[in-house]
Amino acid sequence: MGRKVHPLLGISAGLVFLFLIAPLVLVLGAAFNDATYLAFPPQSLSLRWFERVLSLQNFMDAFLVSLTVAISATALALLVGIPTSYAIVKHRGSFPSWFSSVFFLPLLVPEIVFGFSLLKTVIVALELPVMTALIAGHTILVLPYAVRVLGASLSNFDFSAEEAAVSLGMHPLKTVLAVVLPNIKAGILAAFILAFITSLNDVSVSLFLTGPGVSTLQVEVLTYVEQYFDPSVAAVSVLLMAITLVVMVVLERSFGLSNVVK
Amino acid sequence: MNRKWLPLLLTVPALALILFLLIYPVGDTLAESFLPLDQGWQRYVAFFSEPYNRTVILRTIKIATITTVLSLIFGFIAALFITRCPAKYRTPLLILSVFPLLTGAVVRAFAWMIILGRKGLLNNLLLNLGIVDQPVPMLFTSFSLVTGLVYLFTPLAILSLVGVLDGIEKDVLDASSSLGANPLGVFTQVILPLAVPGLIVGGVLIFTGSLAAFATARLLGGDRQAIMPTQLYEKAMVSFDWNTAGIIATVMVLVTLVAILAMGKLARRFNPATGG
Repeated sequence: MGRKVHPLLGISAGLVFLFLIAPLVLVLGAAFNDATYLAFPPQSLSLRWFERVLSLQNFMDAFLVSLTVAISATALALLVGIPTSYAIVKHRGSFPSWFSSVFFLPLLVPEIVFGFSLLKTVIVALELPVMTALIAGHTILVLPYAVRVLGASLSNFDFSAEEAAVSLGMHPLKTVLAVVLPNIKAGILAAFILAFITSLNDVSVSLFLTGPGVSTLQVEVLTYVEQYFDPSVAAVSVLLMAITLVVMVVLERSFGLSNVVK
Repeated sequence: MNRKWLPLLLTVPALALILFLLIYPVGDTLAESFLPLDQGWQRYVAFFSEPYNRTVILRTIKIATITTVLSLIFGFIAALFITRCPAKYRTPLLILSVFPLLTGAVVRAFAWMIILGRKGLLNNLLLNLGIVDQPVPMLFTSFSLVTGLVYLFTPLAILSLVGVLDGIEKDVLDASSSLGANPLGVFTQVILPLAVPGLIVGGVLIFTGSLAAFATARLLGGDRQAIMPTQLYEKAMVSFDWNTAGIIATVMVLVTLVAILAMGKLARRFNPATGG
């Protein structure tokens, strides 16, 4: 709008942005601080907390679990989410109006209730491995995000391009692969990032799905903070933020995130 | 026949996942809390006659309500600023607002433990300035819990309000000013009513989100400020009382549903399109 900003609005907005950013800056400061207690500003800089984190075997194991779960769940959600979004966007008329909301049900159930229920059915009753339960739970958790972003992307796709290719003799399946998917590349990428971050950051579902040697990083960090309150958690936090940023940048470089923003 | 069934067929894998991994397990938890009917009823009566359980439910709703109101106020201020500042600051400010969303709830709660802890920054500051003689206990109070939750949900509030505030046309604002409305009048009579849909959408997300924010409640509220998700976890994983955990789960789902339905009703009433 670019209207004149009232000074009172400017000041209070500044305070809100400070409120949003300052705590994360503090975490950053604590991670690089040499002291054994959490103090700000850092007295002297060091990487000792990062070294400590990298030497903690349970953190490293949990990190591998988190990564495996996030990648598998995201891939699965995209695999079932792409045909779903394609069907509900292209054939909107052939479904009842409530149909698409079924895929948003995971957002309505409190995560902790979902995690507890998965523990009872998948692990205790069906006796499936913890890893399977984790991947299954996270797939459901990220599915709504995948369907929503893919759906938004497909709504902007002109399906007459697909029809043209088919009427010119291209096989329908090949048309989807060669015409539809390349056109929603940016949407797939955005869905991947959103789903990956959601899975990586989940606590409430993973909390119930742990077993001997299997636990996600967020759950390990939570347990650690409750027992030892030292700057290594700050270092883990910084590493997690860095990983998220790296995922975004790498995907940006290979697919072009700018297409998503447009 | 192939053409008619193809759309449905494409959704079957996702539907099957939702059915077997979400509806069945959660439905089972909810149903089990009532069954068999006579015992289920007794369990609910016993649960609700325990004053502590009622306290936890009421505290959860109270904390979620305060969090929703504060997050929406903070979000409104930031969103209004973003839509009004020069275009070149827009994207950086939006990135700034969204950045905390990239980190998890544990990290964001931990940040506030550094600030509010006994030897935390705020206590250090107060001690050094001589305002207090000994550290003020700030962690594990409703203050620390609400602060952590508002911190968690303000980015969401900004995101749901920026779009709505952007949609208010400059002409409408200019018209109301030129017709003699003072800035306060423009705000309360033009901007605020037009922002209601965004406030409601954001409000639902924040309210239902704070009802279930386990990590924040655990780290910043602790046992002293136990809310439904932390109590559910205690019952399920510490005391292995799965009956009670099932009842808490059912109450959480019901409160969430009521909140969503109530907000949906509000949204329809205030929707400018239906002229309510």
